[in-house]
Amino acid sequence: MALLRRFVSSSPSTSTLLRSVSHCPRFFSSASEDQTLIIETSVPFTGHKIETPSRSVETTPKELLSFFRGMSLMRRMEIAADSLYKAKLIRGFCHLYDGQEAVAVGMEAAITKKDSIITAYRDHCIFIGRGGTLVEAFAELMGRTAGCSNGKGGSMHFYKKDARFYGGHGIVGAQIPLGCGLAFAQKYSKEDTVNFTLYGDGAANQGQLFEALNMSALWDLPVILVCENNHYGMGTAEWKASKSPAYYKRGDYVPGLKVDGMDALAVKQACRFAKQHALANGPIILEMDTYRYHGHSMSDPGSTYRTRDEISGIRQERDPIERVRKLILSHDLASASELKDMEKEIRKEVDDAIAKAKEIPMPDPSELFTNVYVKGYGVESFGADRKEVRAILP
Amino acid sequence: MSTIFRVLGRRVSIGKRSFSTSGEAEKLPREGKNLVNLFTAINQALHIALETDPRAYVFGEDVSFGGVFRCTTGLADRFGRDRVFNTPLCEQGIAGFAIGLAAMDNRAIAEIQFADYIYPAFDQIVNEAAKFRYRSGNQFNCGGLTIRSPYGAVGHGGHYHSQSPESFFCHVPGLKVVIPRSPRQAKGLLLASIRDPNPVIFFEPKWLYRLAVEEVPEEDYMLPLSEAEVIRKGSDITLVGWGAQLSILEQACEEAAKEGISCELIDLKTLIPWDKETVEASVKKTGRLIVSHEAPVTGGFGAEISASIIERCFLRLEAPVARICGLDTPFPLVFEPFYMPTKNKILDAIRATVNY
Repeated sequence: MALLRRFVSSSPSTSTLLRSVSHCPRFFSSASEDQTLIIETSVPFTGHKIETPSRSVETTPKELLSFFRGMSLMRRMEIAADSLYKAKLIRGFCHLYDGQEAVAVGMEAAITKKDSIITAYRDHCIFIGRGGTLVEAFAELMGRTAGCSNGKGGSMHFYKKDARFYGGHGIVGAQIPLGCGLAFAQKYSKEDTVNFTLYGDGAANQGQLFEALNMSALWDLPVILVCENNHYGMGTAEWKASKSPAYYKRGDYVPGLKVDGMDALAVKQACRFAKQHALANGPIILEMDTYRYHGHSMSDPGSTYRTRDEISGIRQERDPIERVRKLILSHDLASASELKDMEKEIRKEVDDAIAKAKEIPMPDPSELFTNVYVKGYGVESFGADRKEVRAILP
Repeated sequence: MSTIFRVLGRRVSIGKRSFSTSGEAEKLPREGKNLVNLFTAINQALHIALETDPRAYVFGEDVSFGGVFRCTTGLADRFGRDRVFNTPLCEQGIAGFAIGLAAMDNRAIAEIQFADYIYPAFDQIVNEAAKFRYRSGNQFNCGGLTIRSPYGAVGHGGHYHSQSPESFFCHVPGLKVVIPRSPRQAKGLLLASIRDPNPVIFFEPKWLYRLAVEEVPEEDYMLPLSEAEVIRKGSDITLVGWGAQLSILEQACEEAAKEGISCELIDLKTLIPWDKETVEASVKKTGRLIVSHEAPVTGGFGAEISASIIERCFLRLEAPVARICGLDTPFPLVFEPFYMPTKNKILDAIRATVNY
């Protein structure tokens, strides 16, 4: 049950998702934008060697609507990427995030752009959460020059330096020690910022996770290790891969928290709590209990190792967007038709971005050789007859 | 003997990978022949391996439902989950575990889901597997170890689904590295690798899993390791390759033949220990050599072949040994057609070498 209290106070400034989308007028039936609401999370938090944060989350109508908009945008983007992949405009491997949007959105609501994020290959929505634009995302997916990685990375390698988004990694688990290194650098520069390192339930069995946990605990690094547990490591269910699927407990000496990853407010609460903890005490593990509707990647139908009933069951009962929609409607923050209009607008925005991205050209073939090394310290490349130098790699 | 294998319906960008032997491309005999593709041939080999040796095990990520490339379909149902099972996502653990299993005289057939992911296991393979027999004075060995892994470009794989890491392992005495070019070869070579009393890394060209279709005998048969095969006889120039690259080389040979250049094509099959004699005999006949592989040219296995052949055939060589390989860049995403050693690059090299 949710409590509604009327305070006249300013809300904490939160998500910047609106930066990437155009402004639309909002009509509130009652309650002002910044009024504080206290809403209970769907389930209480479970802790490992730590006291859990409160189940009651402070939020505002503005924030809830931004959650709705942000998640709908991400959902629409992923579904559009699905169609583009099937139309062979996106090649390579494409791992979609739909179902898990609450993690991206809730996390952003709790942190600033000075906190760094690093994740694995399911990175499109985290990129958007960090302030990336739809055009950059689609252009990168289609391998065009204006993509966020200049078309050279593709789906698995999105980066955004000015928002401290360190990508985008194809090798499972490899980003975890990297994240700890980032946290060390942030601690060293005394900025009071943290690092969020995201990995999956499959990656939780990689040795490098435990190496990184030990190092971060030893040196009290401000790193928050977020296990996005969508219960399937590609085709293998978590109970078949892990002796202990309680990933939040795996840190042993590192405290952990289990969070309902389909509830954006719970994610926000947990991330805010974790940030405070990490700055004061060192590493903490957050296990986000979430779910992906698509298969592991576009090459995986996603139905050979789980039933369609399971997928549709989760969609009906735990879908993150629907949860926020119900909250908005039950608190009279907007009407159903206003939300529908918002969705229509988002759909149009995504379509426009795709159209724009399609116009952008592919990178020039000389880009094949750029950025192998630092410019000027490159390698020579010979032609087929091995006699003449055809190119000096920049 | 020449191989007839047919590449079906490849979507084309630059560097079209379609193959035709003169006159036979359009007819696809279907009646009564055991035409199978690469992943089915490998599947058959695994079935036979597990059938004939009760102490053989197949494991890796996602293998029990059949694997990402269907190579392990039906094994778990037939032989039980005690012998065919999924591992967690930990390559180093998989390799080490396989070595231990093999050290107790079992046949451990481990799968690394993509060769790009083999690097966490590199330490186990190089330091543990390759040196076990040597450092224990032959008391122990992990000869029953076979690591299977899909390698190579697939048209759109990008950085981490297309790599060819064979040359890293060729640098390690104590290991064998085997790469088949077609379904019939794959079944025979895989069975030979599994039964070979040394640790073997078996790289399977993933582009050919569905595309390469060939008649494959249903029975248990093995093909010898460390024997290269001359798959096309010629007299002007020798070309050496392995895996999926052979189909490109074969196309280049066809086109060169139209210009009057007679090419001899050799499938190396086993990269270490490699069959120097066959290649040497061929180069002594033709006087020219081209090596071609997908991995980057610098430090690729072509360098070893080139150096060895020059040592052995220096006075006979009419032209420098040419290497047509991938470029010295990370395996690119959209630029794959430029990176790859295509038929035209090879043709250029053939002409340049012959006209040296």
